[in-house]
Amino acid sequence: MQTIFILFGVAIGVGVIVFMSALLAGMQANFIKRVLTSQPHIALIVPDEIARPQRLSGRGLVVAATVQRPAQRTRSIDQWQKIDDELRHWSGVSNVAPIMTMSALAVRGQASRSITLTGVEPEVYFRTIAIPTYIVAGQLRITADDILIGTELASDLGVGVNDKISISAASGASRVLTITGIFDLGSKSANERNTYTALRTAQALFGLIGGVTEIDVTVADVFTAETIAQAIQGTTSVRADSWIKTNAQFFTAVSAQEIANTMIRLFVGLSVAFGIASVLAVSVIQRSKDIGILRAMGTSRGRILRVFLVQGGLLGFAGAIVGAALGTAAAIIWHDTMRLADGSELFPLILQPSVLVGTVLLAAVTGVVAAAAPALRAARLDPVVAIRG
Amino acid sequence: MAEALDVLRLEAICKSYNVGSPMAVEVLHDIDITLTRGEFVALIGPSGSGKSTLLNIIGLLDHPTSGRLFIEGHETSTLSDAATTRLRGQCIGFVFQYHYLISAFTALENVLMPLLAEHGFPDQKMHDRAHELLDQMGLARWQDNLANNMSGGQQQRVAIARALAMNPALILADEPTGNLDTASSEAVFATMREVNRTNSTTFLLVTHNMALARRCDRILDLVDGRLVAASVLP
Repeated sequence: MQTIFILFGVAIGVGVIVFMSALLAGMQANFIKRVLTSQPHIALIVPDEIARPQRLSGRGLVVAATVQRPAQRTRSIDQWQKIDDELRHWSGVSNVAPIMTMSALAVRGQASRSITLTGVEPEVYFRTIAIPTYIVAGQLRITADDILIGTELASDLGVGVNDKISISAASGASRVLTITGIFDLGSKSANERNTYTALRTAQALFGLIGGVTEIDVTVADVFTAETIAQAIQGTTSVRADSWIKTNAQFFTAVSAQEIANTMIRLFVGLSVAFGIASVLAVSVIQRSKDIGILRAMGTSRGRILRVFLVQGGLLGFAGAIVGAALGTAAAIIWHDTMRLADGSELFPLILQPSVLVGTVLLAAVTGVVAAAAPALRAARLDPVVAIRG
Repeated sequence: MAEALDVLRLEAICKSYNVGSPMAVEVLHDIDITLTRGEFVALIGPSGSGKSTLLNIIGLLDHPTSGRLFIEGHETSTLSDAATTRLRGQCIGFVFQYHYLISAFTALENVLMPLLAEHGFPDQKMHDRAHELLDQMGLARWQDNLANNMSGGQQQRVAIARALAMNPALILADEPTGNLDTASSEAVFATMREVNRTNSTTFLLVTHNMALARRCDRILDLVDGRLVAASVLP
């Protein structure tokens, strides 16, 4: 009966760990997916222009010591082709896409909306931002006179595929483009503001022929983005912002969640360990006579020690197997039950085999460690005293 | 070196508790005993005379304060804990007053215990040996019964089978019939005598039952921790 209770206790503890890990992994994956749908892993941009105070040499007199921060002009990245070529051979970098991005106004009749127009080379850019998978109407075609817009902007302007809209740059230049495709990035603000056209069209519209304002970089492991960004910034003349840096608040929240999760795991692990230890301690007392007889029959102290250690390990292992199954089932039920209003999933279900295996092994090790004190006590029992009771 | 035929030899064995303190008590005084192969010896004495302490020392469960103890020629005072445990498992079998079978195990599993203690994992040979011993005790039919579902006499015979599992040279029986009715006592005693004659196993039987003691080869009488008489019976 005690064994069943402690198995149940271990199972619940491990189940909670598995369930929480799946939940946290799903939340993180969901956020990362949403963020990286419309954002590159690393964005290389022109560093801000800085006005420096002028000094007179020799006499220590300072002229124009106080200067105003200059307004930032739209400039192309200096020697961007060289940087682009260099990055293509950078370790960990899987794709490089030079783009031109700027604010503009989309006008259709009396309606106008502020947008971000991004000029891209489709064949490389769409490997960084997977727009093709989010096209909901029309087709993915970007020639010199084409534009892709989001569902919200299309709705606001009352336009559809093959309609024309006028795009006006801040400089006053404007151009009429044909809507060839409408996308849904899963974010209202992105669907309102993001628009895509050909790189040459954007360069012409913004008066930066041959230039780019940003180089978007995709890395193989999204969590190495900040490290790679820092390395790039250290060796080139551009500013490199990783998605981790631009979403720092999210990572602070994730970090806090992970700390909380670790603490919960720790306390669950401790309660499991104490549970196993207490059951085995009682077991040693209850079986002291049997242990004494086994010792009298020639069973060594080492064997008695091993019996209890193995028992602790098996309790942890068996409980963890049941717990892993319970936690997995709970996560699946939760995933199938908790849905958004439109029936779509709240966030994806991620059950990592490594977490399951790791948790089961950790529980077995915890069982062995927890059994150490009772096992030592059992091994040290004096057979005469134990048999006499 | 003890004689080759000596299964057990005690030379001036003393046992004291609280040694070195004013409360020191000597419970065994200069005990000399020699048991040869195939002897069936009774150890009698009033309660508190030191019988159980002597049996524990002979069974290598306790250490004498002084004196020397030989089991099958091995001097035991110099042995390590592991070696002592091994010697105990190989050379000595125990039968207690309260059989002390493990109640959660079957009769067969209880008999297997000393074999498992010696060899680790069970194999067919061990099962065959355990079955053979239970058959010898007339308990083959009950081998799969849980120990606590058997009668007192049956349990004691399972305990004898367990004590014989390693084919020890010496069996120490601490009042094995003390908790049984007359018929069961007789059956258990007869079984031990049969094993003694068949296998030449040496028995040291602690008993308060003088009728049984008189049927042994020899009687050792322990009073106040001293052997006062050693009777050789016809």
